[in-house]
Amino acid sequence: MAQEKKLRLSTAPHIHCKQSAQTIMLDVILALLPCAIIGVIYFGKNAARILVLTTLSAVFAEYFSQKVAQKPVRIRDLSAVVTGLILGLNLPPTAPWWLCVVGSVIAIVVVKQLFGGIGHNFMNPAMAARAILLTSWPVRMTSFVYPQLFSQGVDTVSFATPLQGGSATLFDLLIGNVPGCIGEVCKLAILLGAAYLLLRGVIRWYIPVCFVASYLLFARLFGADAIAGVLSGGLLFGAVFMATDYTTTPMTARGQMLFGAGCGFLVALIRSFGTYPEGVTYAILLMNVATPLIDKYVKVRMYGERGRAA
Amino acid sequence: MKKIKNAHEGKGPTREQPTRAYSPARVVIPVQLHLGAPSEPCVKAGERVRLGQVVATPMGGLGLPVHASVSGTVTAIEDRIQFGGLPVRCIVIENDGLDEWVELTPLGDVETVPAESIIPAIRDAGICGMGGATFPTHAKLTIPEGKHCDTVIVNGAECETHLTSDFRLMLEQPLRIVDGLRAVMRALGVERGVIAVEDNKPEAVAALMACAEGRAGVSVVVMPTKYPQGSEKQLIKAVTDREVPAFKLPIDVHTVVVNVATAAAIADAVTLGKPLVERITTVTGCVREPGNLLLRIGTLFQDAINACGGYSQQPGKIIAGGAMTGICAPDDQVSVGKGSGGILVMNVREAKTDQEQPCIRCARCAEVCPIGLDPFLIKYYCDHEDYDGAEEHHVMECMMCGCCAYICPSRRWLTTSFRTARQVISARRREEK
Repeated sequence: MAQEKKLRLSTAPHIHCKQSAQTIMLDVILALLPCAIIGVIYFGKNAARILVLTTLSAVFAEYFSQKVAQKPVRIRDLSAVVTGLILGLNLPPTAPWWLCVVGSVIAIVVVKQLFGGIGHNFMNPAMAARAILLTSWPVRMTSFVYPQLFSQGVDTVSFATPLQGGSATLFDLLIGNVPGCIGEVCKLAILLGAAYLLLRGVIRWYIPVCFVASYLLFARLFGADAIAGVLSGGLLFGAVFMATDYTTTPMTARGQMLFGAGCGFLVALIRSFGTYPEGVTYAILLMNVATPLIDKYVKVRMYGERGRAA
Repeated sequence: MKKIKNAHEGKGPTREQPTRAYSPARVVIPVQLHLGAPSEPCVKAGERVRLGQVVATPMGGLGLPVHASVSGTVTAIEDRIQFGGLPVRCIVIENDGLDEWVELTPLGDVETVPAESIIPAIRDAGICGMGGATFPTHAKLTIPEGKHCDTVIVNGAECETHLTSDFRLMLEQPLRIVDGLRAVMRALGVERGVIAVEDNKPEAVAALMACAEGRAGVSVVVMPTKYPQGSEKQLIKAVTDREVPAFKLPIDVHTVVVNVATAAAIADAVTLGKPLVERITTVTGCVREPGNLLLRIGTLFQDAINACGGYSQQPGKIIAGGAMTGICAPDDQVSVGKGSGGILVMNVREAKTDQEQPCIRCARCAEVCPIGLDPFLIKYYCDHEDYDGAEEHHVMECMMCGCCAYICPSRRWLTTSFRTARQVISARRREEK
C-alpha cells in the first residue's frame, strides 16, 4: 500500500484532553459575564464603555507588542481579553476613557509582554496595572458612586465606600447597593462566576476559600467586622478572579492554600492598620512576588519518598 | 492527587467482541521478542518446522527461546525493520495450515507439580511480560539473594485506552489466569495471591471470583478505574499500600507483579507444556470490524488489520498498544510480538500533532502526576537542554505514563521531552562507567 509512506511517527501519548488555554480563558470570560452585566445594569452606559475600552485596548496592546517584538501573535488564546475585562471591572464607574487605555497598555505591555508574555509575568497584569493607576491618579481611581439603579440622579457625586467609612447593611453589600468598582460590588454575581469556574474545574477551591477564611480569622483578631469586611470592597472579586490567576500563583495545592491564607492576612493587616482603606490589590501583588519562594519550599510528596528516606 | 478519568476511552467498539482465532498464511518472527539479548536462529531456510518448535535459542542470561507459531516451511531468515526503525533478524515461516504440534511434555496440575520445576518450564516456554514490557518472566520470578516475596499480584487493570484483550481473556478463560497465579505462588512459596481488576470490568471480576473460589490464598481485588492504575507501582500501592522506593523493584517491597495474559501463558506452560505462540490482541480504531483476535506471534499488522475487515479510513498512524503509552509502527509490515496487547489505527486527523504553546503554569501537570513530580519544571530544564537540572528534579523516576502531556492545555510535549532527557542521561551514565 502506497499510503503506508504517510504514517506519522510520534511518541506517546497519542491522545489529548479537549481543554486548551483558549477554552480555559473562554470559561473565565463566561464566569466574568454576570459581574459585567450587573455592573452595566447598575452603573449604566459609562460602565459598558469602560469594559469595552479596556478589553479592546488590551487586545490591541497584545497584538502590537507581539508584532513589534516579532513574536507569534497569540491574541487568539483570549488571555488579553481576560486581562482587559478584569481591569475594567476593577475601575470605578466614573473612570475617564484615557484611564482605561493607559491601564490596559500598562497591564499588557509593561507587566505581561516585557516579561515574556503569557505564562512569564510575575505579577497579575490587571492587578499591577490597577496598582499603578491607583498611585498615579488616586482621586480618579477612588471616585465611587452609588449604583444608578438604586439611586437615580445622584451619580455625579462621589461617595465613601463602606470601607472608607460609608454605611451599608449586609443585604446592600450582598446585592451591591454600595459605591465601588464596576465588577466588585455585586457579591451574588461574583459567587455565580465562582461556582461556574469551580464546576468547570478551571480553578480549585484552595485559594478563594483560604483567602476568605484567613481574612475572617485575622480581621476578627484585629477587631474589625469580619463578615462585612468579606463582603466589602474587592475582596471577593479578588479572591475568585485575581488570586486564582495561574501564572502568578503556586503550583501545588498546599502552596495555593498558603498563598490564599497569606492574601487574607495581608488584606486584614492593610485594612486594619494601613492608611489605605482597601488592601486587596496590594495583598495579591505581594503574594504574587512570594510565589516563587512558596513553590521552592512547598512540594508535593513524591511516590516512594517514604522508602527513600529510610 | 487527581487522576485522569476520561483517558479511559475507546474500549467501546471491542469490549463485547468475543475473541476470534486467526492464523495468517505467513508469520515473520523476530528473534528478539523479549527485553534482553536476541536469540540465535537454529533453523535454516527451507526447513520444515512444527508448531511450538524452537527456532532460535537464547544467548546469555536474559535470553529466551523463540518458538514457531505455525507449522510449515521456513522460507527466509532475514533482517526486517521492526519497531524503532532498526533491522531485526526475523524468521519467516510459510503456514501450511495443519497446526501440527511438536511433542509437548505437560508437567501436570499446577497444585501438584514440583515447585522447582515451574520456573524452568516458564523459561523454556519463552514467556515474557505480556503487558508490554516483555521482560523475561523467569528472570522476574528468580528472587535475588536476601530478598523475599510475600504477595503475587496478577495485573488485570488494563487501564490503557482502547485495549480490551486482557478483559476478554479474564472473561473467557479465567481458570487459566487463576492456574497461572497458583503456579507462580507455588514456585515462589508465597501464601498470598491477588488478582487486581478495575471496577469497569464487573463481568471479569465475577468470572475470576467464581474460579478463585476454594483456591488457596487467591483473592480478587476490585480497584477504582483510573489511569495509570495498571502501572506496576500504582498497582502495588493500591493492593498492598506499599510504595516502591525510587530506582527499586517491586521485589524490594516483597511483591511480584505479572500480567493476566502472562499468568495464562504460565498455566499453559505448566499444565500443557505449551510454549507461548499466540496471544489475544485488540485490533481497533479505523478498521472496519474492530475486534479481539487470538493471533500467532509474528503475524504481520497488515494481516491482523485485514482480518478485521481492513482499514476503514486512510490510516494516519498505527500504534502498537493503547493511545497513552503505545509505540508507533513505521508501517503495517511489523510483527505482533509477545507484548502486543493492541493494534490501534488512527486516521489522518487523529494522527495530527499539536503545536506546543507557552506554559501558563496552570499546575494541571503537577496535579495529575501519579508519582508527584513537577513536570512543568522538568520540561523547562529539558527545553534548555539542561539535563543535569532535569535529573535533579527526578526525570529518571518518571514512568512515562503520559498523564501530564494528556492534560496540558498548552499541548506541551512533556512526556516526549522527558523520554529524550532520560535517553541522554542513560547514555551519559553508560559512558561514565
